[in-house]
Amino acid sequence: MSAILKPKSKLIVCDGNEAAAWAVSLADVDMVAVYPITPQSSLVEYLAKFIADGRLGAEIVDVEGEHSVLSVLQGACLAGARTYTASCGPGLAFMFEPYLRTPGLRLPLVMTIVTRDTLTPQSVWGGHQDAMSVREVGWVQMYCESVQEVLDTTIMAYRIAEHRDVMLPVNICHDGNYLSFGAARCELPDQGEVRDFLGAKDVNWHVALDPQRPMAVDPLTGGAGGPGPSTFVRYRKGQCSGMQNSLEVISEVHEDWGRRFGRYHAPLIESYRMEGADYAMITIGSMTGAAKDAVDEARARGEKVGLLKVKTYRPFPAQALADALAQVKAAGVVDRSVSFGWNCGPLFQDVIAAMYYAPRRIPAMSFIGGLAGADLTISHFERVIGRIKELARDGHAAETVWLNEKD
Amino acid sequence: MYEIRIHGRGGQGAVLAGGILATALVLEGKYVVAVPSFGFERRGAPVASYLRFDEREIRQMTNIYHPDCVLCIDPTVARAVNVFEGVKDGAVLVQTTAKPLGDFQLAPQIATVGLCDAVSIALDIFKRSITNTIMLGAFARTTGLVSLASLQAAIEKSDFRDAGLKQNMDALARGYEATEVHQIVRRAAA
Repeated sequence: MSAILKPKSKLIVCDGNEAAAWAVSLADVDMVAVYPITPQSSLVEYLAKFIADGRLGAEIVDVEGEHSVLSVLQGACLAGARTYTASCGPGLAFMFEPYLRTPGLRLPLVMTIVTRDTLTPQSVWGGHQDAMSVREVGWVQMYCESVQEVLDTTIMAYRIAEHRDVMLPVNICHDGNYLSFGAARCELPDQGEVRDFLGAKDVNWHVALDPQRPMAVDPLTGGAGGPGPSTFVRYRKGQCSGMQNSLEVISEVHEDWGRRFGRYHAPLIESYRMEGADYAMITIGSMTGAAKDAVDEARARGEKVGLLKVKTYRPFPAQALADALAQVKAAGVVDRSVSFGWNCGPLFQDVIAAMYYAPRRIPAMSFIGGLAGADLTISHFERVIGRIKELARDGHAAETVWLNEKD
Repeated sequence: MYEIRIHGRGGQGAVLAGGILATALVLEGKYVVAVPSFGFERRGAPVASYLRFDEREIRQMTNIYHPDCVLCIDPTVARAVNVFEGVKDGAVLVQTTAKPLGDFQLAPQIATVGLCDAVSIALDIFKRSITNTIMLGAFARTTGLVSLASLQAAIEKSDFRDAGLKQNMDALARGYEATEVHQIVRRAAA
């Protein structure tokens, strides 16, 4: 990311939750429905304040639970509103029924997951387990590294979601604690320039609750006879196409953002110091900053290590990842969550699946850290780099390594 | 890069102090990251927050384990936690206290100490022992790393209003004025 302050931009200091609220305000959202939950609460409090101050001309509905949050927003979206909410952890779990239904309705809702580890053991702190648990439901999911990336990505999410080749809901995931409450210097773009970037709202041209153009929304399909089964398949295939199309749209939108605002965030996979790298460390979310610093230190010692950051997690940019790994001898993946079914991190599972698209197979290892608010520091990543170096040399992958087990 | 660890107790505004200091440093053209610690925070319990600043972009969003400066905004928090844990050689301690320097057991790495009776000032201004903005004044006086004018501008940008704003501006100035700075001279080991 590089930037010269645009003349109309403003420099502020804020945390990730406030950055997301600023983005929603700049995106001219019409309808916000919320139910507060740690560590998301301050985000919706900022939104309530922006609306009370008249900065954002949206309606805010403080409903009785997350199930209603998303139900309200589905209705609003079908009536033509640009919509937003944020949730996490147990709130996301309670939201699951309408959450599951939103992508099939092809509604361009935007929702932040301020990621939190799931219960139980009882915990209120960050971890990606909540977002990872809903990774196969059909929402586009992008993970952010910095406060600035939260702000920029939340705005971009609307253009991605509303793109006619996509028409899908988008989650922006930012780490509970380290990004939700971590404050940094942040550039606030100009409202007019954001309006030009987003263009006119385009949310319900295809499906609407509109007395002027009555239609049946989500009629019964499927079954084993008549036109049902094939209709169902067409809907499902369309949804899958929307997901795949989003890869290109996400790339275009990030490129245009860079042109207009001077900040070029990698849309799918960011390659960091991969030139001439013998082995790679793969990261996701806010851990990436410390991991990049560890890579710099290792490079200064002459180690040939590079880093790949996964920004877009769903749809998974399999080909981009396989290409990025084409030259290295080994890879290690650091997850902030667990795949219970595979005894490794979920991102690790995706990475080894993506390697099927690569010309050759390389050894890889799973590292899990930063669960339930645990800190992932430069020294953790030094350990990871050391272990991957060994892997590149001998090819012997070990079981999953738990980074904070002995902290 | 310069790293600061702020120690306080829940309710005294250690996190807000980090935010105000971050804003002041950004006004001076610095890059800043401020991260609160995450634990079982509640009113009166020991809390910490972390702030690092630099001339260039900072990427790590992590806690601080080897601070250049420890800023204690509570007089007794050092009884509950080891405020000197991991401090760098030549580190600075900025401490709320009514006691003289001789009453302190300093870690050998501490080279500069700023002492400020922030509790008395807070009781005078706020009628409560909220010491955060007072101790930002003490930090500025002790280290010279941020100007009083930038801290004033940062407080003006924060959510304080009317009487609260005026009180905090007074608190900042009085903290700055009331701070005694000591350089610790150690004799070489015999």
